[in-house]
Amino acid sequence: MHLTPAELDALRLSLSVAARSVLFSLPFAVAIAWLLTRGRFAGRWLLDAVVHLPLVLPPVAVGYVLLLVFGNNGPLGGWLRNNLGIQLAFTTAGAALATAVMAFPLMVRSIRLALENVDPGLEAAARTLGARPFDRFFTITLPLMMPGVIAGAVTAFAAGLGEFGAVITFVSNIPGITRTIPLALYTAIQSPGGDDQALRLAILSFVLGLIGLLLAELLARRTRHLLGR
Amino acid sequence: MLKVKVAKRRDGFALNAEFEAPAPGVVALFGRSGCGKTTTINIMSGLLAADSAYVELDGHVLTDTAAGISVPPEQRRIGYVFQDDRLFPHMSVLRNLRYGLKRTRAPQRTIAFDQIVSLLGLQSLLHRQPYQLSGGERQRVSLGRALLSQPALLLLDEPLAALDAARRDEVLPYLERLRDNLSIPMVYVSHQFDEVLQLATHVVLMDAGHVVAHGSLSEVSLVPQLRAIVGPDSVGAVVDGVVTGVDATCGMAELRVGSGSLNVGVTSVRIGERVRVQLLARDIILATEEPHGLSVRNRLRGVITSVVNDEDDARLVTVDVGGATVLSRVTRGAVEALGLRNGMSVWVLVKAVSTRGHAFRVGAG
Repeated sequence: MHLTPAELDALRLSLSVAARSVLFSLPFAVAIAWLLTRGRFAGRWLLDAVVHLPLVLPPVAVGYVLLLVFGNNGPLGGWLRNNLGIQLAFTTAGAALATAVMAFPLMVRSIRLALENVDPGLEAAARTLGARPFDRFFTITLPLMMPGVIAGAVTAFAAGLGEFGAVITFVSNIPGITRTIPLALYTAIQSPGGDDQALRLAILSFVLGLIGLLLAELLARRTRHLLGR
Repeated sequence: MLKVKVAKRRDGFALNAEFEAPAPGVVALFGRSGCGKTTTINIMSGLLAADSAYVELDGHVLTDTAAGISVPPEQRRIGYVFQDDRLFPHMSVLRNLRYGLKRTRAPQRTIAFDQIVSLLGLQSLLHRQPYQLSGGERQRVSLGRALLSQPALLLLDEPLAALDAARRDEVLPYLERLRDNLSIPMVYVSHQFDEVLQLATHVVLMDAGHVVAHGSLSEVSLVPQLRAIVGPDSVGAVVDGVVTGVDATCGMAELRVGSGSLNVGVTSVRIGERVRVQLLARDIILATEEPHGLSVRNRLRGVITSVVNDEDDARLVTVDVGGATVLSRVTRGAVEALGLRNGMSVWVLVKAVSTRGHAFRVGAG
């Protein structure tokens, strides 16, 4: 199956958007997971709820909120554009942001689960061996939760390849800039005589998803082996 | 010198313990499970906060709740060997061993990597992962890792409790080597009296959150409260002696104990070395006149210093044998028939063979 230039564009964009969303949100996801697991503060339940909101909200609503906040006239969007020259609305970076927000709960859940399974006794042992907090986190805690971090990242990446509602609402459907595979698929379905095109893109999504899931399993096995389990 | 005073209250359990111990040396915290031993060393390590605590090692105050002092565990230079070895599963043995070492400053490094590897026999394990090790090997690596962090004090929380009998016998000699070769003070938590007998230089006896007695092993072995903890059959005075003769063919050694001498079953010792032996009270025979024609190898002359009730029909008799004290359990009938009483001169008979397994080399003399 040879891909047309438009399909290649969509594939490239999907991969780029998903990768950027994961890279951008991973450190935040680790930090939030840590706060939710180990943190002792009053508003923890609220943070927990906010993080999980994208799971239960209509994606279109999330996209709309992003548009209000990060749009060119939004409070944060305007500030970013005027002070840092960063425009998010109607750009690939914006698509990555929308994807990141949608996949964030998935990533946090997976990392949090891994963190809950890290034996605090090992961290205590590292303490008695002279390791300070950041040292302990990067040499003991983070490596031990790596299977969960990787699983979360791969899941978020695979889910990000297919994000539709939030992306189309926030950054619209611009060929070569924000038209990822699901958006291209939607466009094909809407076009008269686009059935073949739609089927090809659906197959492409299917293959990508499968590869993603297999890769996740492979990585998880490999890290588990390194951890001696 | 190690000074410890800890208090902590936790749902129905109150720990209130205080002791001092000479350093270096091996201080055994001995008592039943749940009597507060581990809580005490956790507070000493700084890993656990106490309601009130004072911990001082060689003049350095590590914890003083009254003065608001609490040095973080990572800055205390206190090594900790946990009951579950807690090796880092994602690191090789080599990286585990180096973890603490790398986090010390060069001038503090008095314990060399090669020295520990050879003392603990770790050479062939260096490139393995923790999951490839046996329980005994894991505990040896854990010991090495703690020692390489160049601790000023080493805490050991029942390091042998998770091992089966064969593994225990494999690790114990290594602990003896560490005691004899390194001058690091150790606090050894145990509820096995034979481990204490073999390793400790000083004992802190704990019961229900309190220190019942502390002192040398000989002193603590005479404390009445010990009976409830070790059981009546393990009651017996501990005596230290210097080897004056060795009979390698029989596996026996002659010790100078107080003013007398004692033949005990102990192997691989040399003249001049110190040996510790526990003379179980149930194995000690008392005679009011010098006996003849007996197979018993040891007879010591002594004076009874106390006769107390032990069980319903038994009495525990304490005898001073000139510089050392032994305990003998005899029946009430025997006490009455022989007229045993305070101040009476008696002969103490000890079957040499009964000391086998209860005598240990404890130092070079």
